[in-house]
Amino acid sequence: MTARALIHMPASAKAGEIVEIRALIAHPMESGYRPGADGKPVPQDVIRGFTCTYEGEPVFAAELHPAIAANPYLAFFIRASVTGTLEFTWRGDNGFAQTERKTLTVSP
Amino acid sequence: MKRLGVALLLVAASAAAQDRRKSGTEFMSESTRAMQRDDTQNPAMLWVANGGALWQAKAGKAGKSCAACHGDVAGMRGVASRYPAFDPSAGRVVTLGERINLCRTGKQQAAAFAPESEGLLGLEAHVALQSRGLPLAPPADAATRAAAARGQALYGQRIGQLNLSCAQCHDDSWGRKLAGATIPQAHANAYPIYRLEWQGMGSLQRRLRNCMSGVRAQVPPLGAQELVDLEAWLALRAQGMALETPGVRP
Repeated sequence: MTARALIHMPASAKAGEIVEIRALIAHPMESGYRPGADGKPVPQDVIRGFTCTYEGEPVFAAELHPAIAANPYLAFFIRASVTGTLEFTWRGDNGFAQTERKTLTVSP
Repeated sequence: MKRLGVALLLVAASAAAQDRRKSGTEFMSESTRAMQRDDTQNPAMLWVANGGALWQAKAGKAGKSCAACHGDVAGMRGVASRYPAFDPSAGRVVTLGERINLCRTGKQQAAAFAPESEGLLGLEAHVALQSRGLPLAPPADAATRAAAARGQALYGQRIGQLNLSCAQCHDDSWGRKLAGATIPQAHANAYPIYRLEWQGMGSLQRRLRNCMSGVRAQVPPLGAQELVDLEAWLALRAQGMALETPGVRP
């Protein structure tokens, strides 16, 4: 079960530079409080958490809740230190888990 | 010389006075505008990305992708800005979505996309993105103009229990509030749109049907001739305005 995710960040940066990362993922974020077409509540289906690791080390994390709109968008900053892989993971209800990877090349 | 300068000023002033059309974007909050402007924030880009994958994917008995006939999608620049248009193979005026489905069933020999399906909206948005910034240029052939004329009549016709026409809100009362929302001038230059209220993507016909049920009128089914005619009129009415697809609306 993979959703479409778009991650925007520069491919390279200078050491010590602050880099903005923007992550957008397709997800219904069904709150669990809405009635469906048949009048019965639609079961909750939300992303619970998002983490970003940089060379294995967590650099950003967020908790997500039912009040957050569909297709959540997260933007945050990291400080570039070494050339390495950034790993973005979304986890949620019904075993939803998705991981995307991007490489950041750091020049001294 | 001075007189010529005054004359030029007058011409410029009258041109500005003539075009008082504003895109729906101008009625939105700054944060929503920023969301539309910035492709890295615009959630519609998720659909565009899906459309990009579909453009390359082989489909149907013919085993052909869109790219097999059309090549790179960049070659579709200027296509979305001229729809709805008369299509000789269909023998009627079709929307961009219907045109995509004609390719599906004809050239690819695949099942047509359902109206409002993720795939169709994705492909539509992906193709329309190529024309971003181009002026809307509906074709001037007789059939397309006839559809627009029928659409113009519908636009001015009072419908529903509330007995309202499109023109009463969007021509006479634009800029005023309706249930807390600002009434725009109804220029369809950013469709398909990502609507925050829908939390998803939708076509112009979905939007038109929304208004129709809002005035408690009988709502025609998706793809109905009335809706295509209205689309043709809205395209003519917005002629020359820049295409903004994929738009974000509150």
